[in-house]
Amino acid sequence: MQRFAFAALLMLSVGLIILGKLDSVLIERGRAVVVDLMAPVLDAVAQPIGSIKKGVAAVDSWFNLYAENQALHEENERLRAWASTARRLAVENAAYRDLLHVRSEPRARFVTTRIVAESGGPFARSVVVDAGADNGVRAGQIGLSGSGVVGRVLATGRRSARLLLLTDLNSRVPVALEGVGARGVLEGDNSSLPRLSYLPGVVRVHPGDRVVTSGIGGMFPPGLPIGAVEAVTNGVVRVRPWVRFETLDFVKIVDYDAEPDPVPDPQPPIGPPLPALNTPALNTSSGAVSGTSGAAPAANGDAGAQDGAGAQPPAPAAKPAPAAQ
Amino acid sequence: MTESWPRRLLANLVLLVPPLVGLLCVLVGVAPSGISAIDAAGPALTLMLVYFWTIFQPALLPPPAVFIIGLLQDTLSGAPIGLGTLILLGVQQFVAHERRVFTARTFTIAWLGFGMVAVLATAAGWLLGSIHAGLLLEVRPFLGQVLLSVTLYPVVSWLFGQIVRGLKSLEAFR
Repeated sequence: MQRFAFAALLMLSVGLIILGKLDSVLIERGRAVVVDLMAPVLDAVAQPIGSIKKGVAAVDSWFNLYAENQALHEENERLRAWASTARRLAVENAAYRDLLHVRSEPRARFVTTRIVAESGGPFARSVVVDAGADNGVRAGQIGLSGSGVVGRVLATGRRSARLLLLTDLNSRVPVALEGVGARGVLEGDNSSLPRLSYLPGVVRVHPGDRVVTSGIGGMFPPGLPIGAVEAVTNGVVRVRPWVRFETLDFVKIVDYDAEPDPVPDPQPPIGPPLPALNTPALNTSSGAVSGTSGAAPAANGDAGAQDGAGAQPPAPAAKPAPAAQ
Repeated sequence: MTESWPRRLLANLVLLVPPLVGLLCVLVGVAPSGISAIDAAGPALTLMLVYFWTIFQPALLPPPAVFIIGLLQDTLSGAPIGLGTLILLGVQQFVAHERRVFTARTFTIAWLGFGMVAVLATAAGWLLGSIHAGLLLEVRPFLGQVLLSVTLYPVVSWLFGQIVRGLKSLEAFR
C-alpha cells in the first residue's frame, strides 16, 4: 500500500513538472491562488523573522557606528552638491522639454508593499509581496526600491503578488550603458550578479559603468537605475544591482501603463503677425521704425511681455538695415 | 467506552504533528530573511524533517504528507512545481530503504548520514533543475544550501528530538 502510494505520488510530481513546462500559465495561476490563501500566514511568520533580522542588523551596526557615521557624513556632502546640480538640471530639462514639446513621461501610479516571503531555495529568486489585484497590482508592473529596479510582477492573486527579481534565472531586462548608449540585455542566472549580454561588440565596458533600463520592448520605461558593472571577465560582463536585496523590506510597485498627458499643442506666437518674407517694402519700413526710434519695446509694447514672440520682429529688421544704407 | 474517543482523538492529533512541523519548516524557509540575495539559499529544513522522521517515526510521516509539504514548498518558493516534491519523496524512499544504516547509535553517524543524503538530494535537485531550465544552473546557491543545512542539522534535529520526545511521552500517558 505504502509502495503504491509512493509510486502514485512520484508519478503525480513528474506530471506536475511536465504540466508546468507545457502550461506555465495554468500552473502560475494555481500558484497565485495558493499563495493568496497563505498570505495571512506568511505575513504572520514574516513578522518575527523580520524582527530577528532587524535585531541582527542593529547589533551589526553597533559595531561600526563610527565608521558608518563618517561615511554618511562624506556621502551627505557629496549628495548636497549633487542635489543643487540636480535641481538646476531639472529646471533646465523642464525648460528644454517645454521648448521641444517632448511627449511627456507616462504618469505613474504606485503602491508600496511589504515583502512577506522569498524563495529561500536555490531554484528561483523571487519574493511575495502583500498587495495584489485588489490594490491595483497587475502582472508586468515594475518593482522599485529607493535605489533602483527590484524586478517585475510575475503573477498576482487578490491580496498577494509574486515579483521576479533581477537576479532570477528567468529575468531578462533590456538595459543600456548610461552615457555610452549601448544597449544590451540583463540576464539573471540565480547568482547575485546578473550578466549583461548582447552588447554591441565595439563597446568597451569598464567596472563602475552605470546600467539603466533602455525601455526597449516597452516592459520597463527607459532610464530606471539598475546597477553598476562589477567585473568584466572573459567577455562576460557582471552587473551589481543597486538594490540591496538582503535588506529589502518594502517594494514600490509602479504602474507605468497609465496614459501619458497628451502632447501639448504648440502655442501660437502672441504679438503682431510676423512680416511676410516676400514683401521687401514692408521689411524696410519696419527696419526704419526700429532704427529711428531705437526703442523697439515701445514700438510693440504689448508684445514685449512675450519674449519668444517679441524678440522675433527686431531680428529680421536688423538685417535689412545695413542694406538700406 | 467514554474514554476511548478522547484517546482516539489524541492519537489522531499525534499523527498531525509531524506534517504540521513540516508546514512550519516550509513557512520559516520562505520567510524573508534576505538569504536569497547573497549567492546562497536557506537551509533545507524540509529535507531535515523528512530525514529525521523517516528514521525515528516513519509511520507519522507517510508519503502523502511528504508530498503535500513538498508541493507547498515548491508553490511558495517559486521553484518549478513538483521538483522539490520529487526530491523529498526520493529522499524518504531512500532513507526508509537504508533505515538500518541511518539508525545509528551515535549522533555523529546520523549527522554524516544526513550530510550524505543532503549532498545526494542537492545534486539531484541541481540536475533536475538544470534539465527543467534547459541550461546548467548556478552551482553556488546549491553548495550554500548544503553547507548551511549540514551546519544547522544538529540544532534542528535537537528541536525535532524534543518534539518526538513529547509525542512519545504523550503515547506513554495514553
